[in-house]
Order: sequence, then C-alpha cells, then structure tokens
Amino acid sequence: MEKKATRESYGEALVELAQKRPDLIVLDADLAAATKTGIYKKACPDRFFDCGIQEADMMGVAAGIATTGKLVFASSFAMFAAGRAFEVVRNSIGYPHLNVKIGATHAGISVGEDGATHQCNEDISLMRTIPGMTVINPADHVEAKAAVLAMADYEGPTYLRFGRLAVPVFNDAAAYKFEVGKGIQLKDGNDAAIIATGLMVNEAMEASKALAEQGISARVINIHTIKPIDRDIIVRAAKETGKIVTVEEHSVIGGLGSAVSEVVTETVPVPVVKIGVQDVFGHSGPAAALLKEFGLCADNIVKVTKQVLGK
Amino acid sequence: MDQERKKQLEITAAKVRIGIIEGVYNAKCGHPGGSLSVCDALTYLYFNRMNVDPKNPSMPDRDRLVLSKGHTAPALYSVLANRGYFPVEDLKTLRHIDSYLQGHPVLGKVPGVDMSTGSLGQGVSAACGMALSGKLDNDIYRVYTILGDGELEEGQVWEAAMFAAHYQLDNLVAVIDNNGLQIDGKISEVMSPYPIDEKFRAFGWHVIVIDGHDFNEIEKAFDEAERVANQPVAIILRTTKGKGVSYMENQVSWHGTAPNEEQYKIAISELQAKLDELTK
Repeated sequence: MEKKATRESYGEALVELAQKRPDLIVLDADLAAATKTGIYKKACPDRFFDCGIQEADMMGVAAGIATTGKLVFASSFAMFAAGRAFEVVRNSIGYPHLNVKIGATHAGISVGEDGATHQCNEDISLMRTIPGMTVINPADHVEAKAAVLAMADYEGPTYLRFGRLAVPVFNDAAAYKFEVGKGIQLKDGNDAAIIATGLMVNEAMEASKALAEQGISARVINIHTIKPIDRDIIVRAAKETGKIVTVEEHSVIGGLGSAVSEVVTETVPVPVVKIGVQDVFGHSGPAAALLKEFGLCADNIVKVTKQVLGK
Repeated sequence: MDQERKKQLEITAAKVRIGIIEGVYNAKCGHPGGSLSVCDALTYLYFNRMNVDPKNPSMPDRDRLVLSKGHTAPALYSVLANRGYFPVEDLKTLRHIDSYLQGHPVLGKVPGVDMSTGSLGQGVSAACGMALSGKLDNDIYRVYTILGDGELEEGQVWEAAMFAAHYQLDNLVAVIDNNGLQIDGKISEVMSPYPIDEKFRAFGWHVIVIDGHDFNEIEKAFDEAERVANQPVAIILRTTKGKGVSYMENQVSWHGTAPNEEQYKIAISELQAKLDELTK
C-alpha cells in the first residue's frame, strides 16, 4: 500500500484550494519546509507569509486577517500551535469565533527522533475544550486532503491535525467523501467496537483482520472529527457491541478516548478501554519503534481487545 | 487645529469621561485609571480621524481600532456610545449580567468593536493581521491599536513589533498610553519597559512622542503618522493615569477600582464643572 504523510496532503490541498479561493492566505512560523506549507509558498508566494519563530503572534495575525473576511490557515507543529499559542488561540480566535484554520503538523509520538519536547500528545485535549472549535484528525492522505478542502468552506475556527510519518493510504480517493462531524464505520462487527482516529485507524483495521482470524468480530470506526463528535455512531456501537476500545496517538487524558467515554457514560454505559499515550512523555527514537513501544500498533489493539472480551 | 475644533474635542472628551465614570460606578468594578488616561486619544481618533460610520459598523473599508489594552473598555464604550454606535444610557449597564457591554471588548457583541481583547499583548497581533490584509486590498483602510505601557512587558508585543516592521505595515499605528503605572506599582519599578521610544525605533518603527492630553499635539502626531512610508508608527502618549478626576490622578490604586457613591459624586461634579466651563 502506498504511504504518505498527512502533512504532505496538507501542503498539496492548500495549492489546490488556492485555485478556487483567491482570498486564501497561509501563515507559517519558520517551519514551512516541515509543515509542507512550503509547497503552497512555492505556488503562491504572494499569499504566503512567514511569521518567523513566533507562534503566539502568528495566531493573533491570523485572527486579524480573519476579521477582514479572508480565508486564513496558520501552520506550525502541534506542540507550538496548540501548546505554546494555546491562550492566543483561545482568546483571539476561539472567543470571537473567527474563521481561522489551524494546520498543526508533527502531532503525536511519531515525530520520532526529536523527542518529547516536540511530541505533542496533548493538542486534541487542549483544542477540544475551546467552545466552538472544530477538531479534525485525518487518518490518511485521502482523508487529510478532503478534510482541508471541506473545512475551507466551513465557517468557524478549526484545528486540523497532521502527522510527520508516512502512513498507508487506505481510503479510495474516488469513493471517499469527507463529512465534518460524521464518523465512518469501516467494518461491521458485534463482539467489540474499535474506535480509532488518525494514523491509528489503519492499525485498527489490521487488528480487526487479525481478530477475525481468531473468530472475533470487531467493528472498526474512524472518528476523523473529534469535535463535534458523532454521538450516534458511538451510541450504536455501544448498544450493538457492548464493549469499546479507543485508539489514538495522543494522551489517554482528554483525547478521543475521553470524548467517546463522555458520550457512552451519558447514554449506554459500557466499558471503554483507552489505548493511547498513558500519561507519560515520549522520547527519541524511530517513529515505528516508538509507536510499538507505546502500544500504538495492531498487535496491541488485538491484545487489548481480547482482554476486554476476556479471551 | 483651530480653537473651535479643539474646544469641541475637549467637550466630547469631557462627556466621554463622564461615561467612563458612569459605567465603572454602576458596574461597581472596572478600570477607570487607564480609561481616563487614554480618553483623549481615543476621542480624537473616533471623532476627528478615523473613517468610520456608526450606522454601518462593519463597513469593509472602515478604519479599524484594536484596543489591545482591553481592560480600558469603559473608555472605548463611552467613545463609541458618544459617537452614536449605541445609546449613551447603556453605559450604565457595563459588566452587568444581562448587558452586551462585557468587562472586556467583544467582537460581534458591541457595535464598533473591531476585535475581542483583554488578554494583554494579543490585540497588537490582530491589528497586524488586519493591516496586512488591508495592504493586500490596496490599502483601503488604516489600523490603529492602543497598548498600555505595562502591556509592553508581554513578549508577544515584541513579536508583533518585529512582524509589523518586517512587512512594512505603514497603515498601522500603535498608540502607547504611557501613564507610568500598572497594577503592582510604577512600571519602572515592577518591570521597566523603558526606553520605550528607543525599543520601537530599534524594532524598525517610526516613533513620535507627545503629550497625550493635548489635542494639538495628538493631531500633529497622527498627521505625521499618515505621511510615514514603509514603516509602522508608534505614537507614545505621555499621559496621566486617572486624568480629569482629581483624586484619581497618578494614583495606582485607581487602576482597577470603582468609586463609591461619595467618590462618584465628586468625580461627576468635577467633570461636569469642566464641561460647563467649556460650553458656557
């Protein structure tokens, strides 16, 4: 299967978007080569502005541009976009509900060798608490590109999370349709539901295949929109399977697992077991090895799902 | 500036000051000191400089103003009300639970407010964004932002200062209300931002220093600002915190305190006396 990093999809989607949105402005904070807004910069140099290494100011500048009605994307690593600039995003973008799209790349542990200072496992949690903020975490190239294009037409602050690591492109570009706030059931199953987001969706699919070989029928759901979350698909999964495993490349505190739990506890209380980063910092190493070490792989999803089922 | 126009501005500023005191007194909290020090520059901007239309607050080519020192909302609200954006009577609802006049300015809630502010250091970045966007639209408007001198202690201000100079935002004017006081005391003692003029010059700005309560100097400064090309402009206002209310002047305790009934009556009688003197 072809592999591609969703940050590449982000850069490509911006170039495509520029064709139909002459009002598009893209900002970056000295990371254009890494966030891949550099692809856009090359195509539309007059509509790209580097803010230098000042993420807080960049978010404020983006807010100011948005007040004048233009479409603006502000890009940096998740750590700095959601972390360092949090309070600017909250007060200058979230509170006035401005139409700023935050393109945050290098999210999660798969940043790899740069280590814990750059591995942001807290961004979904932080962004989810801002009223009116939409939070999107695409699973592959096809979904990432579709999400960028769709969210450009959506009015309101949006946080889009992309990865550094090249990951399998499992969605079919011709058939795929992105609908904000709608989860996607990729595989039916009634013994348990594996609800995953981002690059963990493909791992969940792999796990489901392995489980099927062992006679376990696991439903797989892709939640690309973590906020507003698709309550219906979660409630149905809880009712029909009775057991849920969530998988995310993010802290188990405040991310997808928490969001799913919030829905389940208020509707159909069933066990929700969360696979994610277990309230620890990451460290340097190759992305694939780190994902394995932190249990963010199909093998561990299989293991945990079996435990949940008492098998 | 001719004497008649100057007198009209002084009359308007006196009315704006009364609105500030009415708001803060009825709220039983808020920030009178910095509202009174910035009052004259704000009055000048909305009544004699900016291209705005109170009947059409979101006119696309209007000049923008971002009150980066958002805690002095009482001054902005009073100026906007006196300019006709909303009833002056509403100033008495400042900070009330059912009022649209929030403790700090909110975009979309208060007619005439161009940006939500209150968390210091952020407004100036938003003003940079507006100015940049304006440049892309053939310079159809100018952007003003007002900062406190204590606010200059925020690092984000200097990020924005670098940004504005780098992108040559000569449609942007930052007005610094240099009243010398912040919550914990004198700015020179708490965390000195001095020398303010040299800092902005070093960041590539054109700097003008004036008496922030003299309308002749205020007008000359904004005239000069419009002539500057390829550089943002910083106008540093030497001001008196609490200006216009005798017992509040230069008293740090009036940064964020509302007058009690007795103090309110004294403040209003002083401001009313000033207004009567100007209009007699």
